[in-house]
Amino acid sequence: MNSVRAPLSPFTAGLAQVGACGIFLLQILRALPRSLRYLRETVRQVFFVGAMSLVIIMTCGLFVGMVLGLQLYHTLSIFGGTAALGTVVALSLYRELGPVVTALLFAGRAGTSITAEIGLMRATDQLDAMEMMAVDPLAYVVAPRFLAGIIAMPLLACTFNALGILGAHLVGVSWLGLDNGTFWSNMTANVDVWEDVINGVWKSAAFGAVCTLIATFQGYTTPPTSEGVAYATTRTVVFSSIATLAIDFVMTAFLM
Amino acid sequence: MNANPAQTDDTLIRIRGLRTVLNGKTIFDGVDLDIPRGRITAVMGPSGTGKTTLMRHITGQLAPDAGEVIVDGQNVWRLGRDALFDLREKIGYLFQNSALLTDFSVFENVAFPLRQHLKLPEVLVRNIVLTKLQAVGLRGAAELMPSELSGGMMRRVALARAIVRDPMLIIYDEPFVGLDPIALNQILKLIRTLNETLGVTSILVGHELAAVRQVADSIYLIAAGKIAAYGTPEDLARGATPWTRQFFSGEADGPVPFHYPAPDYAKQLGLAGSGR
Repeated sequence: MNSVRAPLSPFTAGLAQVGACGIFLLQILRALPRSLRYLRETVRQVFFVGAMSLVIIMTCGLFVGMVLGLQLYHTLSIFGGTAALGTVVALSLYRELGPVVTALLFAGRAGTSITAEIGLMRATDQLDAMEMMAVDPLAYVVAPRFLAGIIAMPLLACTFNALGILGAHLVGVSWLGLDNGTFWSNMTANVDVWEDVINGVWKSAAFGAVCTLIATFQGYTTPPTSEGVAYATTRTVVFSSIATLAIDFVMTAFLM
Repeated sequence: MNANPAQTDDTLIRIRGLRTVLNGKTIFDGVDLDIPRGRITAVMGPSGTGKTTLMRHITGQLAPDAGEVIVDGQNVWRLGRDALFDLREKIGYLFQNSALLTDFSVFENVAFPLRQHLKLPEVLVRNIVLTKLQAVGLRGAAELMPSELSGGMMRRVALARAIVRDPMLIIYDEPFVGLDPIALNQILKLIRTLNETLGVTSILVGHELAAVRQVADSIYLIAAGKIAAYGTPEDLARGATPWTRQFFSGEADGPVPFHYPAPDYAKQLGLAGSGR
């Protein structure tokens, strides 16, 4: 029916949105096999959401690592444990900060542009035009971006972690005088590839899926007005941030 | 005997008992309509009467609340996704606002349907695209981006894209908006040529009476959710009914209200009962 429905309460409307987003996810998963035809588009999107986000990810990773190095060095020095600086920084980054901060930055940088791009395609009838040319926009537009988010997020998180460790090294070793061998040897001795690094990669992939799902859903379902696109991009950042932190808690509880 | 009704029936599109309610407003209330094969049929009517909505029903973009839409022997709203896409491959659609893909050049926009559905050699794609662009007078603009085109040029590119696969049915939604007289004349000729040489069925949605009368074989006039009149351009121009008289003479007074429903004008201005 196309007729008018009674307005929903905010809670019911929120639940309806979550349900609609779930159905949208199923539609994307169903379109994924067809989207393999558009491999070039997926590669283009990996470049767009991944490579184009490198500057902000690397810069933020470096500064987060420097702040971590500075704070932890002073805290550890109280207990005479500055030798553990490399270990603590690496564990913090691999397990939590890397995946989570990367996802928050991704939502702000790539998520908003995905929403705005798809929203404008909706507003200017480009998605309808594709439908009319018998090209499924879910397979051609949405699925490649969804895949790109899942591929790019772990790579970005690894880059963030690497730059974070470099930042902590700069502060701890080059500036505050911690022994270089101690920094690296303690880190390599106490960081486990499977428990720490790979678990972080799983988290990143999950955050990539959730952030791009929210971004594409908001863009695809936005009202075709400039105000609608503006609200949709805002909602992308807000919902992606909340979802990232909530899923982080759940995954941490299961992966610990 | 041919068992396929799509091949024996002279009517390409048959709509029966169409009823549509959008946002509480009744757009169509029991509309019956036939579009003959190989002819140019215009759908006209005042703004907001649902001409584009009707096209969206025909192409399976919008579900009606009741009634059936049969295109080429197939009930559009009973088709699965793949069958609907197969049908759409045979339809060219010119959108009201062109709907060009903004990331692609003019050439790539026109080539898009070919690249998506046919594995043609690049040289053939190039020749087909340039032929269609030549037909709309924009071969020289092939490498421009949509943002570099005027509104009228964008519509001509969209028209080239709509006809690039020589479809069975072409739907032109407001094709004459923004065209200068030269482009308008050429597009009219192109529509007529496509119809005469390829036997393409065309549906023209528009307001430009003078232009529509030059090419349309018949006209449906829609008003107040129903078919207000149907006939050849000459029949309708004679103004046999109050609907056609008002629409073709452009008068504000008549069965089609010029003003959107509103409260009393004097009362809204605060003049009612003031005694002045």
